[in-house]
Amino acid sequence: MATSTPTRDAHVPPPRPPQKEPPSERRQLWRSRLWRFDDKASPYAYIAPFFLVFGAFGLYPLLYTGWIALHRVSMTGLDTMEWVGWENFDKILHDPEFWTSVSNTFLIGVISTVPQLLMALGLAHLLNYRLRASTFWRTIILTPYATSVASAALVFALVFRADGGLLNWTLGLVGFDPVNWANGHWTSKLAISIIVIWRWTGYNALIYLAAMQAVPNDLYEAASLDGASRWQQFLKVTIPSLRPTILFTIVISTIGSMQLFGEPLLLEGGALGATGGNENQYETLSIYLYNYGWNLGHLGPAAAVAWAMLALLLLIAAVNWLIGRAARSSDSAVRTGATR
Amino acid sequence: MRITRSVAGRRRRTAIVATTGLTVTALLLTGCGGSSDSGSKGADADGNITLTVADFGQFGYKEAGLFEKYHELNPKITVKEDTTAEEKNYYPKLLQQLNSGSGLADVQGIEVGRIKEIVDTKADSFTDLSKVIDVDQWVSWKAKQATAPSGAVIGAGTDIGPMSLCYNRELFEKAGLPTDRAEVAKRMSGGWEDYLALGEEYKKKAPEGTFFMDSASAMFNAVVSSSPEQYYDASGKPVYKESASVRKGWNLAAEAASKKLTQGLAQFEDQWQAALRKSTVATVVCPAWMAGQISTYAGDANQGKWDITTAPGGTSANWGGSFLAVPKSGKNVEEATKLVKWLTAPEQQAAVFKAIGVFPSNQGAYELPDVKSATLPYFNNAPIGQIYADGAKSIPEAVLGPKDGVIKDSISTQINNMEQRGTKPDAAWDAAVRTVDKAIG
Repeated sequence: MATSTPTRDAHVPPPRPPQKEPPSERRQLWRSRLWRFDDKASPYAYIAPFFLVFGAFGLYPLLYTGWIALHRVSMTGLDTMEWVGWENFDKILHDPEFWTSVSNTFLIGVISTVPQLLMALGLAHLLNYRLRASTFWRTIILTPYATSVASAALVFALVFRADGGLLNWTLGLVGFDPVNWANGHWTSKLAISIIVIWRWTGYNALIYLAAMQAVPNDLYEAASLDGASRWQQFLKVTIPSLRPTILFTIVISTIGSMQLFGEPLLLEGGALGATGGNENQYETLSIYLYNYGWNLGHLGPAAAVAWAMLALLLLIAAVNWLIGRAARSSDSAVRTGATR
Repeated sequence: MRITRSVAGRRRRTAIVATTGLTVTALLLTGCGGSSDSGSKGADADGNITLTVADFGQFGYKEAGLFEKYHELNPKITVKEDTTAEEKNYYPKLLQQLNSGSGLADVQGIEVGRIKEIVDTKADSFTDLSKVIDVDQWVSWKAKQATAPSGAVIGAGTDIGPMSLCYNRELFEKAGLPTDRAEVAKRMSGGWEDYLALGEEYKKKAPEGTFFMDSASAMFNAVVSSSPEQYYDASGKPVYKESASVRKGWNLAAEAASKKLTQGLAQFEDQWQAALRKSTVATVVCPAWMAGQISTYAGDANQGKWDITTAPGGTSANWGGSFLAVPKSGKNVEEATKLVKWLTAPEQQAAVFKAIGVFPSNQGAYELPDVKSATLPYFNNAPIGQIYADGAKSIPEAVLGPKDGVIKDSISTQINNMEQRGTKPDAAWDAAVRTVDKAIG
């Protein structure tokens, strides 16, 4: 869409006493008013759908969840709400299981996000070179992202099964004892992280690749004239140019790992999945919320968990922003040669 | 690129875009109002009706071919069954559907661990069946469990779970234990302590990689089920911390775990199913419906290797059993009620018993030859009719509570931790109490 709107102030005629106006003139005036109204109002009509839908399906549920969080509501009687104030928040903050799931969520988040983004950077760098059938490779790395969480988690559940699982069978061939992946505190987190990494690496790699394509070529040329190796070019040219993109993927991945639900739910499935393992060893915040609301049947604390998750996300975003700002300012200090 | 257009053209285009935008918005805002299809649309033009039955686990109607039979008797009615494997996943879904009033089937199964909660909170959503069905036919406590304060009976009793013990003859023989039913029963005549003693004997000569029992939580459940006081007292107060039966069951389970007599599997989960397939467990505590589970998962390869005997010490207990309820919101309430009446009548309950061994709650069925002289070929022709009928008559009337199901599940999980992870009994109990208190609170 490469159209530019012509300016329209030329249509406004000089004001005249209205009674002397010939009809065509009056119509002209009316028309110009319509023009102006159109000019001012139509943008709102264009953006209205999003805001209406967001209001109905985003904002309203968000606020209503907050309302529920201040009440006692149980699954067996949604119509009876009893005001309890901050009691639900008090309840979850004093529940050791809540803190277990907070730490689980963070641990799984870290061990899935960090390797994932590093691998995505490497992959994007490789795909950025001229190679044969590049479109094919770019499509291939996106295929895991195209699978549904459920099917990916179910297939990996078969891989990680304690007895008769593909992975243990392979380990057995090499001579290792079978590992009960879902039962161990670290192994279960690792297993879930692997599912996440498998699904999202390609997606992030494509985002990085798109950003890399936008890095001007003369930067690389200048760097190679200065005698920088490929690796140095990657470190000194590619990474700094990608900084905003990297920050974006970190934020997106953080939000994603905060909401981890399907992978832990289906790793063992059934009753164990719904409580995040028999010792809650891979219980994420979403699972904790689901278990509190749907298995134990108390929606108040579950809603409080939802708001606690929002608070944690905002906290992470703030930390991210501060780090980003600090990095930027130290960067500009280096660039302007502000050395002592 | 600069495009000049006629004034009229611009305006028309603006109008089109604006109306399109508004139309899309309108569609989006109205498009979410559609309710999910509940599968019952009343009758079609020819008067044909499709009734939906939502249940969980194994109700045995499919195995007994009852739905086809009902269609033969009533050509205009077709029954579709929608089964959820685990009750734990089925129940939250049922509550959600009851809350939203959509997506309910014409007939919904309800497990005994949930019936009290449904009776207490959702009785108004279900049809009173006592007008159509003679509830005095059931064992006395069954009707009581499903009776709302208003006197309405909201669920028709399907089966009950009198207790027995299933054991693997082949493994018993290898371990040098008796394989004869009466002999095995005699060795455990003193109750669950004898059962554990037998387990220690088994362990001495146990075939490699096998265990005496699948899960100590099953034993815990059997002990609790045999007592009238379980998790709640008669006034509806949770007393699971003081309850004698809970304590006894817990201590026995802790002992079994510490002596490594159990494989420590979470019942019904994948690994438990695999253990049955591979015959790594020698005994499974067997409420009547468990036999169907064992024959399903152990598979044809193990046909005839299993057997059934009376529970240790002649425990008479009821573990499990279900109800069929008819939601008022259905479009075919009358036909659904007729179906429920037919499914829970003595002949049909006997047919289901014959097919998968879930025991009738309808006492009219006990005198039928299909029940009285029933044997299960899979279990070495064990005379289950006789084993269960004796137990069913002396089952104590248990006090049920609204959160029985959750309490049982939470404690079972912690028993599993004692078995699998060697969690200390005290720590495991504390963890169980934390979860249960959350559920009750």
